[in-house]
Amino acid sequence: MFTLFANNWSTYLSGFGHTIAGSVLALIASLILGTVFALLEVSESRALRGLASTYIEIFRNIPLLVVTMVFYLVIPMYVVKINGFTAGTIGLSLYTSAFIAETIRSGINAVGDGQMEGARSNGMTYVEAMRYVILPQAFRFSLPALGNQFVNLIKNSSVLSFVAGFDLMYQADSIAFSTYQVIPSYLIVGIFYLILTMPLSYYMKHLEKGGRKQDV
Amino acid sequence: MSSFVQAYQWVNLRFLLQGFWLTIEVSLISITISFILGLILGTLRFSRIRYVSAIEGFVIDLIRNLPLLLIIFFTYFGLPQFGIRVSPFGAAVSALVIFESAMISEIVRGGLAAIDPGQMEGARSNGMSYMQAMVHVIIPQALTKMIPALLSQFVSLVKDTSLATIILLPELLYRAQIIYSQNSTYMIPMYLMISILYFAICFTLSQLAKRLARRLA
Repeated sequence: MFTLFANNWSTYLSGFGHTIAGSVLALIASLILGTVFALLEVSESRALRGLASTYIEIFRNIPLLVVTMVFYLVIPMYVVKINGFTAGTIGLSLYTSAFIAETIRSGINAVGDGQMEGARSNGMTYVEAMRYVILPQAFRFSLPALGNQFVNLIKNSSVLSFVAGFDLMYQADSIAFSTYQVIPSYLIVGIFYLILTMPLSYYMKHLEKGGRKQDV
Repeated sequence: MSSFVQAYQWVNLRFLLQGFWLTIEVSLISITISFILGLILGTLRFSRIRYVSAIEGFVIDLIRNLPLLLIIFFTYFGLPQFGIRVSPFGAAVSALVIFESAMISEIVRGGLAAIDPGQMEGARSNGMSYMQAMVHVIIPQALTKMIPALLSQFVSLVKDTSLATIILLPELLYRAQIIYSQNSTYMIPMYLMISILYFAICFTLSQLAKRLARRLA
């Protein structure tokens, strides 16, 4: 295993870089999209709420791999040429944004109506109240859940390997089949994934516990 | 439009539906086994038996933090190295069971932790043993609270079965790929059809989860 890593370390590191880049890009995009759809879901317009929940339900209930394959195969055929990494990151962003929207929406619900009423009666507009009063609190409430979504996102980024996204899993596949050292190759990327996900998920557990203490 | 009509000819639909059935089969078997295992593992971790719970917890955290795709590779390529011959079906089911039972055990542990400790004390002071109190008092209460979270976990299990395409399990996505590899104009109709089929199962399950969550809240 060590010699395998010593011989291929640059390939693994490039995969590690692609996994991190894909995950972070998808996180940023899905946070923005997720917040927008969460706001639409709590808006007063029925049409906008319907639009948001349709979007959320579609992406929550279709496998990520199917979403990603559509972006990899169908979009380049009919719309615009994109490479595997881009297609995979777009698929990952849309899929994750549905989950993030749900998380942020429940954060907004947890803030309580009194906050909105108070802000409005102090002369803020709806948008101002959302921007300065509701959303900051909602993000704080949903921080542990958002962190867990990010852990899921990092794990899910392994679907990039299906679309030639040059991520960790893709590199593991190529090294496994060129060296015939299948299990060691996957063990090495397993360790890389754990380096990213373990600290993050332990930190989120810690935050969840801290949050509970604050409430009491 | 004609490509849609041709793509949905009966031969193709029947071929897809066989895959759909396999997806359901793999899901049902994995859900059943991983629910039972998850219940046992979650209770074990919750019970804080010295060393056992700590080691178990660490292994569960390891599994939970790895991509399922990696675990599928481990079962498919790894089990044969221990002399266990697996079909794609066996490898897919065992990978799903390993991953999902770890996820479910955390849901179970969380559900058990949410039960008022007074329940355990009450049961114990009425003469029940720890095991009896768990089985008759704590677990039944915890289970009802866990149902929504469990159902959404089952939804992700159903979606995750699509990853088994990589080890050539002839489930829904794999069969769609076979059909459109013969005629690329079938690509959109095929992805549309399998999206609808996946959506049908997952949406039903997740709506059920939402309803129950509202009722139990």
